Amino acid sequence: MQAQLEGSQAVARAVALCRPDVVCAYPISPQTHIIEALGALVKSGQLDAEFVNADSEFSALSVTIGASAVGARAYTATASQGLLFMMEAVYNAAGLGLPIVLTLANRAIGAPINIWNDHSDAMSVRDSGWVQLFAETNQDAIDLHILAVALAEELSVPVMVNVDGFILTHSIERVDLPSADEVDSLVPPYLPRQSLDPLDPVSIGAMVGPEAFTEVRYLAQVRLQRALDVIPRLGEHHLEVLGRSSGHLVQGYHLDDAEVVVVAMGSVLGTIKDVVDDLRANGEKMGVLSITCFRPFPAEAVRRALERATRVVVIEKAFSIGYGGILSTDIALALRGRSTPIHEVIAGLGGRPVWADSLRETFLAALEGTLVETTFLDLDHSLVDGELARVAQRRRSGPAAENVLRDLEMSRRDS
Amino acid sequence: MTERRPFAITLDVGSSLANLTGTWRTERPVYVHRLPPCSAACPAGEDIQGWLYHAEEGDYESAWRAIMERNPLPAIMGRACFHPCESACNRVQVDEAVGVNAVERFLGDLGLERGWRIEPGPDTGRRVAVVGSGPGGLSAAYHLRRRGHAVVVFEAQADLGGMMRYGIPAYRLPRDVVDAEVARLAEMGVRFEVNHWVDDVNALLAQGFDAVVVAVGAQRGRDPGIPAGDAARILDAVGVLRSLEEGDPPSLGRRVIVYGGGDTAMDAARTATRLGATETVVVYRRTRDVMPAHDEEVLDAEAEGVQMRWLSTISRSDEGRAVIEIMTLDDEGRAVGTGQFEEMEADTVVLALGQEADLSLLDSAAQVHVSDGVVHCDEHQRTGDPRIIVVGDASANGADSRTLTRAIGQGRLGADAIDALFEGREAQVDSPRAPASFDRLNTWYYSDAERTVRPRLEVARRRDTFSEVVGGLSVDDALFEARRCMSCGNCFECDNCFGVCPDNAVIKLGAGEGYAFNYDYCKGCGICVAECPCGAIDLVPEPR
Amino acid sequence: MSTERTPVRFYQVGSFAVGNRLVELERRSAQSDPTRANSLTSGHRACAGCGEALGARYALDAAMRASDHQLVAVNATGCLEVFSTPYPETSWRLPWLHSLFGNAAAVATGVAAGLRATGRGHVRVVAQGGDGGTADIGLGPLSGMFERNDDVLYICYDNEAYMNTGVQRSGTTPGAARTATTEAVGEHPGNRFGQGKDLPRLAMAHEIPYVATATVADLFDLESKVERAMEISGSRYLHILVPCPLGWGSVSSDTIRLARLAHQTGLFPVFEARDGDVSAVTPIRHPEPVESYLRLQKRFAHLFTREGEVADRATVARIQAQASRNITRYGLLGRDDD
Repeated sequence: MQAQLEGSQAVARAVALCRPDVVCAYPISPQTHIIEALGALVKSGQLDAEFVNADSEFSALSVTIGASAVGARAYTATASQGLLFMMEAVYNAAGLGLPIVLTLANRAIGAPINIWNDHSDAMSVRDSGWVQLFAETNQDAIDLHILAVALAEELSVPVMVNVDGFILTHSIERVDLPSADEVDSLVPPYLPRQSLDPLDPVSIGAMVGPEAFTEVRYLAQVRLQRALDVIPRLGEHHLEVLGRSSGHLVQGYHLDDAEVVVVAMGSVLGTIKDVVDDLRANGEKMGVLSITCFRPFPAEAVRRALERATRVVVIEKAFSIGYGGILSTDIALALRGRSTPIHEVIAGLGGRPVWADSLRETFLAALEGTLVETTFLDLDHSLVDGELARVAQRRRSGPAAENVLRDLEMSRRDS
Repeated sequence: MTERRPFAITLDVGSSLANLTGTWRTERPVYVHRLPPCSAACPAGEDIQGWLYHAEEGDYESAWRAIMERNPLPAIMGRACFHPCESACNRVQVDEAVGVNAVERFLGDLGLERGWRIEPGPDTGRRVAVVGSGPGGLSAAYHLRRRGHAVVVFEAQADLGGMMRYGIPAYRLPRDVVDAEVARLAEMGVRFEVNHWVDDVNALLAQGFDAVVVAVGAQRGRDPGIPAGDAARILDAVGVLRSLEEGDPPSLGRRVIVYGGGDTAMDAARTATRLGATETVVVYRRTRDVMPAHDEEVLDAEAEGVQMRWLSTISRSDEGRAVIEIMTLDDEGRAVGTGQFEEMEADTVVLALGQEADLSLLDSAAQVHVSDGVVHCDEHQRTGDPRIIVVGDASANGADSRTLTRAIGQGRLGADAIDALFEGREAQVDSPRAPASFDRLNTWYYSDAERTVRPRLEVARRRDTFSEVVGGLSVDDALFEARRCMSCGNCFECDNCFGVCPDNAVIKLGAGEGYAFNYDYCKGCGICVAECPCGAIDLVPEPR
Repeated sequence: MSTERTPVRFYQVGSFAVGNRLVELERRSAQSDPTRANSLTSGHRACAGCGEALGARYALDAAMRASDHQLVAVNATGCLEVFSTPYPETSWRLPWLHSLFGNAAAVATGVAAGLRATGRGHVRVVAQGGDGGTADIGLGPLSGMFERNDDVLYICYDNEAYMNTGVQRSGTTPGAARTATTEAVGEHPGNRFGQGKDLPRLAMAHEIPYVATATVADLFDLESKVERAMEISGSRYLHILVPCPLGWGSVSSDTIRLARLAHQTGLFPVFEARDGDVSAVTPIRHPEPVESYLRLQKRFAHLFTREGEVADRATVARIQAQASRNITRYGLLGRDDD
């Protein structure tokens, strides 16, 4: 069914089509529209599920854990601080092997508090044992949620679908919403790997000491890696049923002849592809590699996709303070043994727009071989220089964020 | 696709049974059977806690049979015993003693009412003569019959029962009760020869009896030889009680002095009141606190109007009067005369200064040693001649406390000694048991319940009647009273140990079977010991 | 054997002891039943004399009986969890889930929701945790569960400190008590006197249908409260005092005695509340001064001399005042204030 839908509505409808048993919600921007929509669907009777208004994100994921442990299909959504607040439960859900699906409406992490989009939240849980999928479009978001439920339940692992906050969640696009029958064929009824059942009681959540902890972790690694086989398989199923698929680990764009390849995740790929199209029209041999599955990291697929690349530019919406790009580190590891130069471009932090012009400039520099190793896209050098000078002068230089805002205001007045 | 359970994180239920936590233990609990103070105090050796256990369940026949293991006369003892068990009862320290005596009477009466029987043992061909049909003689006869020996009881009087009939007034022990319990012995095959005075124990042995139980009692009142005028009326308490029983009550007059401080003195005083005395005074040379009579008797006598005169002796008696010397106690608590005298009006002086046994039947028995009017016996009531057993008041054993209960206990010991002689075995000794003292109890667990008071005949109706003063318990009251027993030192299956063990290391074996410890898991924490209401668990060092 | 049936209603140990051979089977405690659930079975690694192990079995066995074994338990991190389920062994004999320290209430909410959503609404849910997991780190989720009135019986086993981590102070540690983080040194040795985190009253403030307190010293009371709780749907809270020999510095055999004294002194009021109001109290049977409770515990040893005399009269008086306040507030001496 074709429809003009807000991204959040589209996600909510997709989730509802997957027939969750328990939906648990605690509001945080920019996730709110998703859970509001689901709440309305439950309240109106269109979705037969238990809808629990939790008292915190920590509780929200905990409720979901409980529901999943008794064999119920369980779903929740959050963003940013909310994900951090549920962090303990994030690891716990993965450790217990519970097939929970969570939508992460990607948002920056404070301080300074910031409600706008970047990928810091997703990156903060990359080691937790969840599958992490990134949606490029709202259509992707719909299809990846449907895939996520089947994936989670087949492997008994939790899956997080990353949808860029505001950029996707609050934008209205035409999408194709699958029918209930189509989703039913893509998401088989849930047969839990384990379930709390008075007829077959077990103890779930034992304390494991040094004698077996390494083995438990090794098995988790093996299980999560299996997603690298299952996702493409589910993708093929999507193609059969829907005539399209988001079920791939990575997706190449003009990689056949590309020398400079831009790698990125999420909605920013749309802008990147536009710029690359323009540059290709000018004869530049550029391509794009979008990473759909970030965890488990599809190293082999990345390595293959970048086989012909002579230079790689990674555009990423988060970075590891004190070192650098996170995705670029993973890419570098995937290309181990090759000499391909890798450039990291940190872009779009805290909702900073990623302008096509800025990208074009960056890509041209890459093509010319003048791009530096690390770039903070559109960084206002005068602002940071001013603050750095202030800090160098005075011990009590005041809060950086406020200082920068003041400088920004001053420069605006000056102009 | 359902896979095997996740490794390590998910576990199969109850698998910790593989972890034997008993290895942590340094001390282990063990169940014990301690000697409750009631049984320790019972001269008849009754397992009181044991028979109350059955009564608590309403299983009265089992309770009655448990009594009958030791005491063949529960209906009598439930009336006439001075129940040292109750004085010793640990429950005194909680509220009041368990009314053991009342429950015993209830069971004894029920036994008579229902006609419960005890079967004699298979015939052994042995014959035993019992001289005297008082409590000691009857007890010996009973226990000998249970072992299958033929028993003939010789009684000098016309009726059976000895002091139970001729010493204890009917208002304390109705005669139909005595008759009924004696009849049950007759049904067991005990032969009774009444009006048969035995004057030579050796003659009985010569007649073919394999052994003789001498249970002649102490029937003769002691006479201190009070200076008396010709017209003075001085009677002996035992004689008064006997003649009353024989249907020939003596005339005592309006003012009666009873001289003495024992239970017989109380019986005589209360009898005098019933025979028409308007002023009965007990004269005793010492003070109330050292008076040998049981409190209950003294209180009953006082309630019936009997007056007490302490620190007094009778120095002379004449017609209508007696001269009293006022006494004082010296440093050692002995009564000494003060030289001050008073006169009291008295139509009769009744002497109740103790009794003596007529032991002439033993004169021919060279190996039997008599001194101070009593026969020396070992702890099995055996004399120097193992075929001759002496029980009851004639025995030197426990001569300072001559009671029915003691006689019943000795009767059983003597019977066992004879049986042992016949069988060529050692006489039985109750295996020593550590005492179940009060400090071992956890009394929290016992329901608050004050003693049931037995109904009593109104005082006004006691003065002219020999009707029984103390009534029996109803079924409900008897059950209630039995359930007040704290079962000191002996498991009564309250399930506390089974419940309070944090390690489920107590196994419940089933009704009547008690419990066992599962030392595989017991960590030796001792909670079961601390929370056992009756102190039936000890904590002992773990064996190496 | 002839057994007489009589209407006598006195049973020797009444309902004070665990069992009573003199009452009908159906009136006996779950613990006296040789076929009881033993929800927490032998082989667990609790210290000797652990009150929590006892309380958990008491409560869960009663809940198992009341639910006809249709029960799932959720457990917060803590002693109970650690000593019961170290890989490769578990002592539980019912479906049991441990997630985290602070989320037992929320997980239980999810369990209940999941069961309902999958057509197994008849299976009942119990959540359990210690005082740390309940009063401190898990209070938010617990409050949320109460506020939503989720169909869960939450049981707090209160041993008044973080015992699992080595006896550190918790929100329910009493004033003056020594713990590893409130040492008995300085001018005011032991824990500070605060308002206390009174969990049962906090639960009552949510006006959930049922709140009750109990101790391991009164099994019948505890079991009847569990049974009552299981008859009700919605949020229910049961707060059980479970003495800890390790943390309290008491003799392992004194566990039940201490629980009893906590009640008899008035320091731990035993009561139940319906819809936010106290509906019944278990009166004190043999009143005791707080000293007899404090004296048995090394965590209060600094209040006494070596000879056992009161050394710190002011503090003991202060603790006595707390007990007296409870006695008045709840009418623990059986007097009706109305």
